[in-house]
Amino acid sequence: MLELNVSTLVFFIFAVLSIGGALGVVISRNLIHGALFLIVSLFGGAGLFVLLAAPFMAAVQVLVYIGAIAILIIFAVMLTRSMTNIREIFNRQWWISAVAAVILLAVLVVGVVLPIWGPNGTQSEMVLSETTATVQDLGVALVDGNQYVLPFEVASLLLTAAMVGAIVIARDNE
Amino acid sequence: MPQVCDNIISTLAPCLTQSGMNPDVAQFISILLGVVLVASFPLLLVIFLIWVERKIAARVQDRLGPNRVGPFGLFQNIADAVKLIIKEDITPAGADRLIYNLAPIVAMLSVILIWAVVPFTPYNIGADLDIGVLYFVAISSIGTLAIMMAGWSSNNKYALLGAFRVVAQLVSYEVPMVLALLVPVMLASSMSMQDIAFAQLGMWFIVLTPVSAFIFYVSNLAETGRAPFDLIEAESELVAGYNIEYSGMKFGLFMANEFMHAFTANLLFAVLFMGAWAGPGATSLPILGFIYLMIKTAIVYIPSLILRATVPRVRIDQMMAFNWKFLVPVSIVNVIVMAFVLKLVQVLGLAPSPENASDFLANIPQAAALLLGNVVVIAAAMALIRGSVRKERLSEAAKLAQRVQVEGDKEALPATVAQH
Repeated sequence: MLELNVSTLVFFIFAVLSIGGALGVVISRNLIHGALFLIVSLFGGAGLFVLLAAPFMAAVQVLVYIGAIAILIIFAVMLTRSMTNIREIFNRQWWISAVAAVILLAVLVVGVVLPIWGPNGTQSEMVLSETTATVQDLGVALVDGNQYVLPFEVASLLLTAAMVGAIVIARDNE
Repeated sequence: MPQVCDNIISTLAPCLTQSGMNPDVAQFISILLGVVLVASFPLLLVIFLIWVERKIAARVQDRLGPNRVGPFGLFQNIADAVKLIIKEDITPAGADRLIYNLAPIVAMLSVILIWAVVPFTPYNIGADLDIGVLYFVAISSIGTLAIMMAGWSSNNKYALLGAFRVVAQLVSYEVPMVLALLVPVMLASSMSMQDIAFAQLGMWFIVLTPVSAFIFYVSNLAETGRAPFDLIEAESELVAGYNIEYSGMKFGLFMANEFMHAFTANLLFAVLFMGAWAGPGATSLPILGFIYLMIKTAIVYIPSLILRATVPRVRIDQMMAFNWKFLVPVSIVNVIVMAFVLKLVQVLGLAPSPENASDFLANIPQAAALLLGNVVVIAAAMALIRGSVRKERLSEAAKLAQRVQVEGDKEALPATVAQH
């Protein structure tokens, strides 16, 4: 059974923030509220990263998702014409998202829930990984020839290309 | 290690446990008290900061400044705070109530949370995170969000325009700021604020890398929305900017937040480039370290106040051009040059060994090499400015010359055209 200590309590707070925020994103009738709920949800996610002893991921989550992406979303929403009082509940793509959501749930059940809590499950006491990685480990892993240097460089190149592309599109024809 | 209850000040948690409290709860309460202490300090300090700022601005403008309430007008801001609290709190009719009320709180939060990673003394730091620098960048990005929330929810076009400018300004200036922060992180080979402070025991980073210190200082001025980058609340264009509809203490929170943010930014400058608490006797008597930190912060903070009272506001296109065409390229080149020189110094064996890292003399060869790298960056940057200014001047001259041809307006021909 779950032991009720401080970290469990904190986990529940962040879980509620995360799920409640996500619910708010889909049910709120005001796009700005939706975008702000998204931030609440992402913040909950950042808190969960802290609980998992991954502070780097938490800071990056706040920096990239809240500080950059969510603000861009809000900015885009502010420039749209009708952002409050949205009456339509479904748009034409509702069934695609429904299928995606069902598939995701199935993957989570098969991949995470059954191996741990299923009939032959390992129960939640099992430690999934013995490695406790520090920021240094992460940094070394990204530039180590035997580890992730190639994906890291490919991602950097892709982002640079995207940035150059954005500048070319945004620029006036002179 | 089970601690013993000695006295209620230094061993609060064991004492609470002894009196029958759950150890977890006792631990929580003692941590909470620490948090309240660290968070209250900037809130109290800001009352003093506003007085300092008003006095200095007054002196620059040949006035006396506040001088009625208390000695030298020191209690003026306490009176102002009382006035703000008892003023009517107005919410505009079309405002989005929840977001409108939440915005000042989020703004305050984004500054106070930064104080958690400031190393006050060698032993006293809110939380010595492995990712201190990244944490600072992440938290300050929340400030942008607060201003957006305030601007949008006020249902006022000036407020919204102010909020749009915020996105342009703060998000843009975050780029050179983060790139400038990379250099101290490389020099200390750690992102923890305390490690960065310890790495500067031998030599302050402002000596090793003046270029990133300059970029950090300038982008901090812009991030905090201070003159010459105070376009967020350009009074002549936007009336008051994003906080135009706020009244009473909610406005007070925004104002206090602005002053606090400026001070915090300079505090971080002192931590990252001027050795934080480092100074004679700081390790044996920690309170001295705190005093050194405050003095160093004042040394960089007061010029920024004089700057604010002196220079005019830049235009928004000038501000963006300065950022993207000057600060960003220079900071990228600076990071590359610094990384290269640092590696070179290590390969050549000029870097101080870990044993004598805090020895001033052992740091000199490395400092000289890094300074040389900085000079190269500065020379390149000056060439860049010179080229672009020259181009601008030529194009102005060409425009004028064209006008002279078309309109036969000989009087419009200034001396500059004749020169080219």
